Amino acid sequence: MTRLPDAIGDAIRLYGRYAALSIRSQLQYRASFVTGVVSTFLVTASEFLGIWALFDRFGQIRGWRLPEVALFYGLVSVSFAISDSIGRGLDLFGATVKSGDFDRLLLRPRSTVLQLLGQDLPLRRIGRLAQGLGVIGYAVIAGSIDWTVGRALLAVASVAASVCAFLGLLVLQATTAFWTVESLEVWNAFTYGGATMGQYPLSIYRWWFRGFFILVVPIGCVVYFPGVAILGRPDPLGAPGFVGWIAPLAGPAFLAIALQVWRVGVRHYRSTGS
Amino acid sequence: MIRAGGLRPYRAIVGARFRVLLQYRAAALAGLWTQVVFGLVLIMVYEAFYRSSSPATQPIAFAQVASYVWFGQALFAMLPWSADAEVRAMVRSGAVAYELCRPVDLYGLWYARAVAQRSAPTLLRAVPMALIAALVLPRVGLGEWRLAPPPSLACAAGAAVALLGAFVLSCALSTLNNVSLLWTLGGEGVVLLMTTVVTLLSGLAVPLPLLPGWAQPVLAWLPFAGLFDLPFRVYAGHLAPGQLASVLVRQTGWTLALIALGRWLLGRGLRRLVVQGG
Repeated sequence: MTRLPDAIGDAIRLYGRYAALSIRSQLQYRASFVTGVVSTFLVTASEFLGIWALFDRFGQIRGWRLPEVALFYGLVSVSFAISDSIGRGLDLFGATVKSGDFDRLLLRPRSTVLQLLGQDLPLRRIGRLAQGLGVIGYAVIAGSIDWTVGRALLAVASVAASVCAFLGLLVLQATTAFWTVESLEVWNAFTYGGATMGQYPLSIYRWWFRGFFILVVPIGCVVYFPGVAILGRPDPLGAPGFVGWIAPLAGPAFLAIALQVWRVGVRHYRSTGS
Repeated sequence: MIRAGGLRPYRAIVGARFRVLLQYRAAALAGLWTQVVFGLVLIMVYEAFYRSSSPATQPIAFAQVASYVWFGQALFAMLPWSADAEVRAMVRSGAVAYELCRPVDLYGLWYARAVAQRSAPTLLRAVPMALIAALVLPRVGLGEWRLAPPPSLACAAGAAVALLGAFVLSCALSTLNNVSLLWTLGGEGVVLLMTTVVTLLSGLAVPLPLLPGWAQPVLAWLPFAGLFDLPFRVYAGHLAPGQLASVLVRQTGWTLALIALGRWLLGRGLRRLVVQGG
């Protein structure tokens, strides 16, 4: 009998091995790694340049100024970079099903999701991570965030929660491959769409759109409400102050539901036999 | 040089690639859905900016921004984003050596590949995207967000010509992307850089009229405005039909310059090409 803490420790160790392998193999191609990181940084930096240009012209968006928007942007950018990197194996799951490689994963006495997460850890995303941290840095310097230990922890919780939410989406995307034997770009609307949506405070959008990203796919929920609490300003949507402090819970909850759906999918799996 | 036999081999290449790409209808549908969502997000952001600012800071009306966004989403697949996956695989595996054996001009061949790569997905996406943006949105109560029709027949005809100019320009840039693969193998650095520049300077990320005023004269003369911003301005009637000639001169001028550059780079790349693999 293994106790639960042992099992978790074991999973973390195994993931560490996978990650180390993947990182070592990427560092073999040093020049390719460096250009990858630098160009990812430039791509995302140019995206923020576009947002800067809009604020340069219009000054504010429904009462939010650039340093405040930068906090939301940075939180989403950092979490998307992390989840996009560790969830790469899930993103490519269609190919794993198609080639029949999933059979091998099923034979091993470890969680299938964990093995998929361990498949690849593209370091190029460090470029996006760096850009996101830079934008948060700008928000800290230019904005009027009154930092407390609690608020700093809330920022970390918000990032962790949105990593969970993005991973949950990737798990659902991978689950559909059990039926379609194809990775469907349909999910990009939620992952990439969610990442783009989260760059601005949720309150600027229409009610039906907000509702979707609070209640169905909680990316807005785990970024917006904590962001408002960190900025320490009243929520234009009228949510009471404590909401920001409990909102991050929606991230792990969404991931847990997605993993349940995944289990149903695995039971449904039939190998392509190739 | 185009030799005897004329355009036939190039036509065959375009036709074959076209048929392959048309097989992926489900992927096209999925892409369409994603782009509708993106278009909606962008329009909501601009709507919020427009509602919280004074008309003095708004160089174009909100309705035109909405049209601009949909015009961009419709032509998304035409822009010179990615390198051709087939060329990338050929350079990696060494099969590019076979390309050198073919009795046609290599630059022409690769340009023809780009024509196929850009035209099939664009046709698949642009028409349904335009229909959704122009006809479906008003029906679901989002009439202010629709793609407005061109103000006159002359504008529509002018836009068709300018789009043709944009297409040949985009193919020249795409071919440049593919030629760059001869140097980078991994093929990510240069292509990603091109993506960045194209996204920002063509108007796809932010409509060019909304970028700072001091940048406008520079933007108008760079090749990227010709990809999509200038055709839109003709479509929406910002540019009078009489100014179409100026648009076409810019587009063809850049196309010719980029073709010359691509040819030169391809020649240099082939001289130092080491075929990979056995």
